[in-house]
Amino acid sequence: MNKRTLLAALMAATLGMPAMADGHEPLKVGFIYVGPIGDGGWTFEHHQGLLAVEEHFGDKVETVFQESVPEGADSERAMTQMALQGADIIFTTSFGFMDPTINVAGKFPDVKFEHATGYKRADNVSTYSARFYEGRAVQGHIAGKMTKTGKIGYIASFPIPEVIRGINAAYIHAKKANPAVEMNVIWVYTWFDPAKEADAAKALIDNGVDVVLQHTDSTAPQAAAAEAGVISFGQASDMIEYAPLPRVSSIIDNWAPYYIQRVQAVMDGTWVSTDTWDGIAPGMVEIGEITDAVPSDVKAEAEALRDAIASGEYHTFTGPLNKQDGSVWLAEGETADDGTLAGMGFYVEGITGDIPN
Amino acid sequence: MREALIRLEKRPTPSKLWSWATPLVAVVATMIAGGLLFGALGTDPIVAIRTIFYDPLFGEFAFYYRGQLLVKAGPLILIAIGLSLGFRAGIWNIGAEGQYIMGAICGAAVGLAFYPLEIRWLIFPLVVISGALGGFLWAMIPGILRTRFNTNEILVSLLLVYVAEQILAWMALGPLRNPDGNGFPGSRNLAQYSSTSNQELIVGWGLHWGVVAALIAVIFAYVVLSRHILGLNIRLAGEAPRAARFAGVNPERLVLLCLGISGALAGLAGMFEVTGPSGQIGIDFNVGYGFTAIIVAFLGRLHPIGVMLAGLLMALTYIGGEAAQASLGLPAAAIQAFQGMLLFFLLAFDVLTNFRIRFGGRATA
Repeated sequence: MNKRTLLAALMAATLGMPAMADGHEPLKVGFIYVGPIGDGGWTFEHHQGLLAVEEHFGDKVETVFQESVPEGADSERAMTQMALQGADIIFTTSFGFMDPTINVAGKFPDVKFEHATGYKRADNVSTYSARFYEGRAVQGHIAGKMTKTGKIGYIASFPIPEVIRGINAAYIHAKKANPAVEMNVIWVYTWFDPAKEADAAKALIDNGVDVVLQHTDSTAPQAAAAEAGVISFGQASDMIEYAPLPRVSSIIDNWAPYYIQRVQAVMDGTWVSTDTWDGIAPGMVEIGEITDAVPSDVKAEAEALRDAIASGEYHTFTGPLNKQDGSVWLAEGETADDGTLAGMGFYVEGITGDIPN
Repeated sequence: MREALIRLEKRPTPSKLWSWATPLVAVVATMIAGGLLFGALGTDPIVAIRTIFYDPLFGEFAFYYRGQLLVKAGPLILIAIGLSLGFRAGIWNIGAEGQYIMGAICGAAVGLAFYPLEIRWLIFPLVVISGALGGFLWAMIPGILRTRFNTNEILVSLLLVYVAEQILAWMALGPLRNPDGNGFPGSRNLAQYSSTSNQELIVGWGLHWGVVAALIAVIFAYVVLSRHILGLNIRLAGEAPRAARFAGVNPERLVLLCLGISGALAGLAGMFEVTGPSGQIGIDFNVGYGFTAIIVAFLGRLHPIGVMLAGLLMALTYIGGEAAQASLGLPAAAIQAFQGMLLFFLLAFDVLTNFRIRFGGRATA
């Protein structure tokens, strides 16, 4: 046995250890966060999920987390570290953790991994995401009804399918509510940067926008909207501290039920690799309270739209819809399939500007 | 008129002793102040300091962390060595982060141009050269602007970091995007493509080609500084710029050389990172090695051996800091504050290199 195989054997022996829990120890649940837990948005809500897991299982679980983990090589180390320290299931909660999750999962076949918003799976790697676009439809409707200037602003993070879906969903329903509506999109290339987000909000407002939607995680755009006296929506988290104005409603990511269900599955030994994409119906996406700043008839319409989506009676992307270039995407009554939605890389007809690439 | 209790008196020449003792004193002071900070956050300070400084080296999982230490220290040392040459000569390349990005992009682009050909002996060296060239050319922008138009290289090199970040985002979303990636941003994985893969040379050791390159750079810098005319010119230009001119040092050539070398090394670091530990060009590929390397260069007293030790120490605070976050629940911000203290104390204690402390003594007006 040469030195190399010895080392490999040693590593394998040590790496195998965490799986040898005897059932009496608490299940160790790890979370890798891309932002700080106090971001008030995306990471905050995942952390609420962690707290819900603690609350639900009590001393049957032990939770660990690491916040502000850069995507790339550093995240791989953070995951390895958790697995080495005996984590039984690890939730990696950002798209950029995808390849590292797959790499680390390969080295720890007995640890379960759950990657949020990605598309690569393995025997011990599940993926999960939420149909945030369903919430965007409701926001779009309110935005279309509320705008006086006819201009809606959208602070977009990165031109990935998830973000493009949100823009399309919001635009389609704003346009239905108000055919004269126009959408201005600003790309900030970050998930969390309060200064950049505030600048983007101000630029939009200077440009005549009086309703601001955001697909970034901080509350900075809310503060900018409050100052300028325009309307905004909470993103990822309720951001209720900005209600009743500027925040008139919100999209809340509620991960708690999913996290509890997956941890339970590991306990029961029934965990298998799955791909979950849930929306308003199972409660993964929630619409935050619509405040009194919204007229009661608009509020009622928005709630009806939400309920129609939840019951499955209405699909957010229902034809007739054309792509931006005028070509037909969905015929009358046709609804979008998940494959197209998952890889969405085009705007619908009526949105001006190009998707950067 | 009153008595000053403590006075600072300028030393006729900088103290050699203090110049080397300062980093050590700074590390000790950081441990104490950091311990107090962690204590105030409700964590046992001794446990916290042990988790950060001892466990990664000798703890239960040291077999994994020691390798990771090299993975993290490699790029820091490689970049800091290049920076230290320029800093010694008073040439301030603050934009290594941008050169790191451009090196990674150029290396990755050349590598991916050959995909899926399997000719490692040809492709990998080409990728390495392209990485160095990418960083070199990006550093030549502030270099030529300074020698031609006398612009400030601090400002130009720093601002070019933000330009490089935009180019990186464009590459990840556009030209280098993985055609099989369902429209998601990010290139193909270069670590999984055998012609460009920069894997560990010995499994579990963390020793990849970038770490080897960092070691070579340390030796190279040591020899240049102590034995070569370029080293003499660099030291002279830094210590006595006027004398350097009289001694026939061409300042323009020196600016281009120092920026070129540091740019090429930063580019190499980026290239080794993208083909190895990171694996792909993504929007957030860069994580600040180029900026942290500035601290490493100063912590290491701009001396090659010092830089190497400082790089390892800095890597230790990162790795140990992450471990402390995960196992002790310390907030990430506390760890960052802890790392910031290191630079703060270093600069504070640096006063002792140039000044002497006098207690009591003469009356002052």
